[in-house]
Amino acid sequence: MNATLACVLVLAAGTYAFRLAGPVLHGRVHLPARVQELLTVGATVLLVALLATGALTEGQGFAGWSRPAGVLLGGILAWRRAPFALVVVGAATATALLRLAGVP
Amino acid sequence: MRSPHRTNDSPDRTAHAPGPSLVRLSDLPPGVLRDIALVWLADAVVGVSFGAIAVAGGLPLWVPVLMSLLVYAGSAQFSAVGLLTAGGGPVAAAATGLLLNSRTAAFSLALADDLGRSWAARLIGAHLITDETAAFVLAQDEGKARRAAFWISGIGLFLAWNVSVLTGALAGTALGDTDRFGLDAAFPAVLLALVLPALRADGAARRASAAGAVIAVAAAPLLPAGMPVLLALLGLLAARRGPRRPRTTAPGSAS
Repeated sequence: MNATLACVLVLAAGTYAFRLAGPVLHGRVHLPARVQELLTVGATVLLVALLATGALTEGQGFAGWSRPAGVLLGGILAWRRAPFALVVVGAATATALLRLAGVP
Repeated sequence: MRSPHRTNDSPDRTAHAPGPSLVRLSDLPPGVLRDIALVWLADAVVGVSFGAIAVAGGLPLWVPVLMSLLVYAGSAQFSAVGLLTAGGGPVAAAATGLLLNSRTAAFSLALADDLGRSWAARLIGAHLITDETAAFVLAQDEGKARRAAFWISGIGLFLAWNVSVLTGALAGTALGDTDRFGLDAAFPAVLLALVLPALRADGAARRASAAGAVIAVAAAPLLPAGMPVLLALLGLLAARRGPRRPRTTAPGSAS
């Protein structure tokens, strides 16, 4: 089987299993608070690492200045509680304009 | 009055109206539907960029489309596609996605009462549990409003997400070089917007994330794609060094 298809199916099956936990285990099992906390913080750590490497690196090198600058603008918009759509469009537009101006 | 076995007669109704009564728009407090619709719209924009980024990164059209139908979890999909297109490999992509989605188990436990009683409602409803639906349900106090918030936001979000991802994937093939439009900056910005509330609220998460990000970026030039992000989990060790920890190390009382 195609490895990408296998990846999608494994991810889908695992995710559905997580989602079924509530309806199936309801009232029977309670995750220890420490485990829940660790899972939550772990997910945040992964997302931040992903966005940091995604913003700064391309392959194994530096991505250039336009991309991190756009991401930074998106971050500032998000920090000021701008709507989600504005964050996305703002980041992309800033990067596109910088590239248009010749910034790598 | 209705016997649970009769739900077979009207599968449509069980999907939309779990339990003895239909979910009605009027069960929602005023203003909530507008908030829900805004989130549909925002997620549709994100969906379009997800589809476009995936295809522009070199994945065939069916990957983002199938992933959106079956996985249906924005951040995990973005991370999986990010790793697949950067050459991180399918194993790292699936592992990272699963770790990210493990939080839906906690949401699912929190929402278990609000899906409805029948098994059809629970099995279908489970697939609709996302960060957004959980947020909308937990914002309502009363049972009927919670269930209405769940099904209305959930079904709408599922439709909005999948239609927009398909649209983006089709557009992505037509757009050609999406870097020109800065779409490569959209993906990290989306993740940043997603984690910001958690970072704002939780000092331990901030410390762990900062440490993890430094580790990942430092490791990026040295390791194959996918590895640096998993290595960032070492940052969790930094989360333990919180202000709660006693100044003198006393192993017996520390935990």
